[in-house]
Amino acid sequence: MIRRTIGILCLISSATLALAAVSSSVLLHVPAKDHARINPLAGNQQAVNAGELIYRDHCLQCHKSDAMGDGRKKPPLRSDRIKSATDGDLEWFLRQGDLGHGMPSWSSLPETQRWQLVTYLRSIQ
Amino acid sequence: MNCRTCPTLFAAAAFLFALGAPSSASAQEKPYFVTYSHDLEEPGNLEIETKTALARPDGSGHYGASAMELEYGVRAWWTSELYLDGQATSKDSTLYTGWRLENRLRPLMREHLINPVLYVEYENTSGADKTILEVVGHDGQSDLAELNGDARREHQHEAEFKLILSSNLKAWNISENFITEKDLSHAPWEFGYAVGATRPLRAAGGESPCTFCAEKFIAGAEAYGGLGDTFSLTLRDTSHYIAPLVGWQLPKGMRLSFSPGYGLTNTSLKRVYRVGLAFEIPQISSWFHAHNGGMQ
Repeated sequence: MIRRTIGILCLISSATLALAAVSSSVLLHVPAKDHARINPLAGNQQAVNAGELIYRDHCLQCHKSDAMGDGRKKPPLRSDRIKSATDGDLEWFLRQGDLGHGMPSWSSLPETQRWQLVTYLRSIQ
Repeated sequence: MNCRTCPTLFAAAAFLFALGAPSSASAQEKPYFVTYSHDLEEPGNLEIETKTALARPDGSGHYGASAMELEYGVRAWWTSELYLDGQATSKDSTLYTGWRLENRLRPLMREHLINPVLYVEYENTSGADKTILEVVGHDGQSDLAELNGDARREHQHEAEFKLILSSNLKAWNISENFITEKDLSHAPWEFGYAVGATRPLRAAGGESPCTFCAEKFIAGAEAYGGLGDTFSLTLRDTSHYIAPLVGWQLPKGMRLSFSPGYGLTNTSLKRVYRVGLAFEIPQISSWFHAHNGGMQ
């Protein structure tokens, strides 16, 4: 019985790891409706201030205080890639994360806070 | 293992270590005590949390049982946790009751309306464990009323599996857990459930740093209980609880949670109070991976 239980445990773990490996290789594409979403807080100075605090709480540890990343796995957030993305793209990416490459999903933050964060990211470009 | 002072010493060391940590980050986790959401630890972060249950089973003294949890984000889709459990019962004794090792894995890399997480745990505890981190089978208050000297002789080597389903909708989190547990000796599979919902008191972030702002508080409720076992798949003689929750995000990455739980059946404890204190240490992995390859 012990062997069977351990076998089931190994099987579940292996299946999960295999699924994770497959999923992480899929390129992330922002759906058109998310790409076109309008930031309801765009240009709002209060949102910039609030977004900065959210950045300090959740993002600074990896992307650093100057938002230039760590020069290795944690990418800079002052970049052409961020400049060229729409606010909708950024909100979608925050919500989805990129779990296969180390970026957590921030869906646990209320949507308003994600928009505040996007507004802050725009302000530092 | 008989080490009565180990949990206290370990908890004290961990707390001092946490206080001395050079920087901190805010945790994003919900104030659930039994239910799990699909929020995992950020990769490279270590969260130290104590979860304490205070109750008084019929025919026994008051007790306080504490689980110290070390939660590490191995990957963005994989969190691993070690628990060290202990308890103190009035007019009885204080003792270490065992350890648990759990892993939570997100099989899907995208965010969906309902997000599954697979949970696998191994428990090596004694019968004197009273932390009630889950309720399964026909668990009841009589299990918690045994004298520590008798209960500690029973060793439990258990495997536990959970299917965690969780959704973040606007500012709400809604989570459902389906639990099955198996003692690795000749014992039936036991089943249980946990469901919960939470929401921050204010969805928008404030403009200036504050400790008592509404967005720093998360409120909600969870319900959990047993669903019998493969020998007796019935709700008869099972325990069920409903518990309001409140969590407070404190400065420097600390989080305080409180939950009064109310038993809904005769088998349940009448009340169980839970207190949690968590501290998150950001990017602890980078301490060991400095640019020069050495320890910072």
